[in-house]
Amino acid sequence: MKVIFKTSYDRDIDLHKDVWSRGRIAALVAVMAALPFLVGEYYLAEATNTLIWALAGMGLMLLVGHSGQVSLGHAAFLAIGAYTDSALMNIGLPFVVTFPAAALAAGLFGALVAIPAVRMSGIYLAIATLALFVIVEEMIIILEPITGGVGGIQAPAIEIAGISFDRYGHLDHFYWLCLTVVVAVTWAYANLLRSPTGRSFLAVRDSEVSARALGINVTRTRALAFGLSCAMTGLAGALMGHYIAFFNYELFSVFISINLLLVVTIGGLGFIQGAFFGAILITAVPQLIAILRGAARDSLGVDIGGMPGLDTMLFAMILVGFIIYEPTGLYGRWLKTKVWFELFPLARRDMFRRQKSYLKTERQK
Amino acid sequence: MSLLEVEDLAIHFGGVKAVDGVSFSVAPGEVFSIIGPNGAGKSTIFNLISRIYKPTRGTIRFDGTEITGFQAHQVAPLGIARTFQNIELFDHSTVLDNLLMGRHTHRSTNFVQDMLFLPAVRRAERAHRRRVEEVMEFLELEAYREKMIAGLPYGVRKVVEIGRALAVGPKLILLDEPASGLSVEESQDVAFWIEDMRRDMGLTVLMVEHDMRLVAQVSDRVLAVANGKPLAQGTPSQVKADPGVQAAYLGTEVAQ
Repeated sequence: MKVIFKTSYDRDIDLHKDVWSRGRIAALVAVMAALPFLVGEYYLAEATNTLIWALAGMGLMLLVGHSGQVSLGHAAFLAIGAYTDSALMNIGLPFVVTFPAAALAAGLFGALVAIPAVRMSGIYLAIATLALFVIVEEMIIILEPITGGVGGIQAPAIEIAGISFDRYGHLDHFYWLCLTVVVAVTWAYANLLRSPTGRSFLAVRDSEVSARALGINVTRTRALAFGLSCAMTGLAGALMGHYIAFFNYELFSVFISINLLLVVTIGGLGFIQGAFFGAILITAVPQLIAILRGAARDSLGVDIGGMPGLDTMLFAMILVGFIIYEPTGLYGRWLKTKVWFELFPLARRDMFRRQKSYLKTERQK
Repeated sequence: MSLLEVEDLAIHFGGVKAVDGVSFSVAPGEVFSIIGPNGAGKSTIFNLISRIYKPTRGTIRFDGTEITGFQAHQVAPLGIARTFQNIELFDHSTVLDNLLMGRHTHRSTNFVQDMLFLPAVRRAERAHRRRVEEVMEFLELEAYREKMIAGLPYGVRKVVEIGRALAVGPKLILLDEPASGLSVEESQDVAFWIEDMRRDMGLTVLMVEHDMRLVAQVSDRVLAVANGKPLAQGTPSQVKADPGVQAAYLGTEVAQ
């Protein structure tokens, strides 16, 4: 096991604990940036989709994992982001304006909704956000002149400084755009967690009563967490709109909200990395099942494609398995594996006892 | 002039008069203890001062400011920090982060600066770290700096909570049963720390405690309460000798 000798407070304040960890992240970003040269169109499109899901996942992670509030309506904020961006682009505004506007619209709406909603916690908050989702969905249908109603809306091709980022014409450019956004948001998120703002989120999550005693305004902190979470999700929504290119309200179904919740729980609650692990799982597993199904048909002559719902069932079983056997999520498993190798052969079975659930917001006296 | 003045404080939960007409004042630099049998309303007095409960009647003044109408989060910036009887730490954070959370009232940056981690944020973080390390050195918590609260033994958690309250940089510290559940050696440490807080840090201490030996050792004055009503007030030996206090502890009828 590596012991780090710290010689200044900056070693703790820095994002990375040493040169190696910084180098690993740099290498990962480099590989991701080089991806368009390494893989074909199909896999690049899948990678783009995963990045967008990771971005939305980070949005929900901030809320569920770091401020202890649950939301079943995050698809609503994806929708607000997507519609704000596309509607503003359709009236001729450039993407560099509409993209931040999407974050701002979703964030402000989220913070506004949060003010009454933060008085609730746990299951009640989940129900309230679900109700919010239904309202937003209905509003999209009603506001037909802006949103295109049931018919849907076209997300125009993105152009920044004369360079096309069209999802179909220049998928590599669009991929790099998504990667840049994801890297920037991840950096800002990590910064948040090592600063007073992030600590106040954790304080509110773990003990409201002592957060108050330390001078933290719980209502304002939770509303801020809600707003930031929704802003991130709004950015993901805008990119998702461009990725799909033509969409209507059905793109943002309640299943998207639930999938997002799965991204954060299966990825590992309370870790930024969890959002990425979760996003990879949620976007890759259905593809993997489809590939396996194709292989089974070709080699074994078994056509399980003929059984409707089997894909979904397999997917669901994998998810249930994770919840039962790995409640700390994929990132938790990753940490355990890492520690096991670091301590080899001294790791013990009970080194990682099951942690208590995060949603214990009812501890207020 | 006294730092904290509590006058005719009362809170009724329905028909239960948890606290009923308690008055006391704490002078700057004093160690003031509240004692009483279980359910006497000691912790309730603390929760009233830290504004978790809203009093039915009475006033609380701190440093010349009436805080009776304040909200819970407005009390800490004035310089009041507290610990809890049933430890209320942030379980999923390290000792260091718990203490840093105590620095919340001293934060100078907003969330946009935090997200971009501007040089001002780093400067502020260094200053917070320096202060927190001082507290850790004082309480000898260095060995636990990077440990998660969830895995720490009870006695250490108790001390971490005192540390978090000290990190606030308060004028008045409210200690809710700081020695409960601690071994003899550990509670002796607590006694020394309380004396140091007063002597070296210039703190005023208001304490609720059952351990009479600790109370007698560190307190300047003691207030005894029973059934929400004040019984006696004075030096530890005066209060111990009070027949009403003895009756309340030993369970005999209070001489009317």
